[in-house]
Amino acid sequence: MILLDIFGITNNGLLALTALLTGVALVFLALFLAGLLSPRSFNPQKGEAYECGIPTRGESMSQFKVGYYLFAILFLMFDVETVFLFPWAVRMRELGVQGLLSIAVFFGVLVLGLVYAWRKGALEWK
Amino acid sequence: MQDLSIITNWIHNFLSSLMPGWLTVTVECLLIGLGLLLVYALLALFYIYYERKLCAAFQCRLGPNRVGPWGLLQSFADMFKMLIKELIELKHVDRFLFALAPYLVIIASMLSFAVLPWGNGLQIIDFNIGIFFLIAVSSIGVLGILLAGWSSNNKFTLIGSLRSGAQMVSYELSIGLSVLTMVCLAGTMSVTGIVEQQSDLWFIFKGHIPAFIAFVIYMIAGTAETNRGPFDLPEAESELTAGYHTEYSGMHFGFFYLAEYLNLFIVSGVASLLFFGGWMPLHIPGWDAFNHIMDYIPSVVWFLGKAFALSFVIIWFKWTFPRLRIDQLLSLEWKYLLPINLFNLVLMVVIIVCNLHF
Repeated sequence: MILLDIFGITNNGLLALTALLTGVALVFLALFLAGLLSPRSFNPQKGEAYECGIPTRGESMSQFKVGYYLFAILFLMFDVETVFLFPWAVRMRELGVQGLLSIAVFFGVLVLGLVYAWRKGALEWK
Repeated sequence: MQDLSIITNWIHNFLSSLMPGWLTVTVECLLIGLGLLLVYALLALFYIYYERKLCAAFQCRLGPNRVGPWGLLQSFADMFKMLIKELIELKHVDRFLFALAPYLVIIASMLSFAVLPWGNGLQIIDFNIGIFFLIAVSSIGVLGILLAGWSSNNKFTLIGSLRSGAQMVSYELSIGLSVLTMVCLAGTMSVTGIVEQQSDLWFIFKGHIPAFIAFVIYMIAGTAETNRGPFDLPEAESELTAGYHTEYSGMHFGFFYLAEYLNLFIVSGVASLLFFGGWMPLHIPGWDAFNHIMDYIPSVVWFLGKAFALSFVIIWFKWTFPRLRIDQLLSLEWKYLLPINLFNLVLMVVIIVCNLHF
C-alpha cells in the first residue's frame, strides 16, 4: 500500500485554499509564459468577432430565448431540494421512521412541483 | 509496499529543523501545490493522447504516431504549440470577464481534482462533506463557461454558452441525485468514509438494482456535464464554429481544452469512487485468498485503472451516438432521467429500510 500522510496537515480549508491558488497559479503562469513566447502582430481585422467574414451587426450581448431562464429556475428548485436531502441521507439510519415520514412529505411536494411544471408545459422546448 | 510517508516525514522534519512552524506549513503547501500542478498537467496531456488514440482506433486510423515513440509526445508538442501562439486582443470583448472565465474553469476542475482519493492515504482535501464539496466546486465551471460565452460578444459563443449552461445545470441535477442515492447507502459524505464502506464489496454490487440504475444515470449525466459527444451541442462545430470558446486563442483556449479533459477524468474518478470503491481493491466476502492477492496491487493502480476504464466508456459514447438536439437533450433529462432518478432514490431508501442490500 502506498501511504502518504500529506505532511500531517489536517486543516482542510488550508488545503482547499492551496488547490485554489494552484489553479490560479496555473492560469497565471501559463499566460505569463505565453505572453513571453508568443508573437504579437497588429491588424485591425484581427480584433473583429469571428462570425462570418462581413462586419458583425449589432450587439451580441443581447436578449436570448426565455426558455433557458425557465430551465434555470426549475434547476434552482430541484437543486435546493437535493441540498435539503443530503443531511437527511447521512443520518437516515439514526432518524428512523419519523425522519422518513417527514422527508416523504417534503419529497412528495417536490414531485408534485415537477408534475405541475410538466402539465403546464414548462418542460417543452418551443 | 511503497510507503511514501517516509519521504514526507523526512521532508517535514528537515523543514521544521530549518524554519519556524508557519513557514514549514507554507513550504509544504507550496510543495503540495506543485505536485498537484504537475499531476494535473501530466494527466491532462495523457488524456489528450488517450482520447486521440482511442478515437483513431474507433475509426480504423492510427492516430498520433510521429512525435516520440508511438506518438507519446504529441500532446506535449501540442501544448507547446499552444504556448507559442498569439493571444489575440479582441475589440469588443468585456475584458475583465473574458480574462476571468479561464480562471473559473481551471479552479473548478483543480478543486474537484484535489478531492479525489488517489490511493490509500493519498488524498489532498478530505472534508467530512467531501462529495458534497465536490459537487459544489464542480459547478463553478458552469459560471466560467457562461462568462466566456457572454463576454466574447459573438453570437455563436452566446448561443453555445447558453446551451452549455442549460445542459450543465440540468444534468447536474441528475449527478446530484445519483450521488444522493449513493450517500443514502453509504451513510456518510466523507470521501474516505465512502471508500472504507466499500472494503468488503463495491457499492455497485452492494446496492444491486438502485446502485446500478444510479451508475447508468451518473454516466449519462457525467458525459453531458463534460460537454462531450453525444451531448456536445454547446460546441457543435457544424453550427456554432467552436461554441463558447470560439473567441479564445492560444493558451487561453488551451485552458478550456485542459479543463475539458480533466473534467472527463474527474467524472470517471468520482464514478469509480461512488460505485467501484475508489482505490479499494476488489474484495469478495469469503474469498480470503483472492482478497489477499488483490491487496498486492497498489491502490493508485486500482484508482487510475478504474478511472481510465470508465473514461474509455465515455469516449466510446462519443464515437457511437449521433449528437442530440437541444429539445431532445432537455427532455431526456427532465422527462426521463429526473423521474427515474427520483424513483430510484425511493427504491434505494426502501432497500435500506428493509435491509435488502448485501
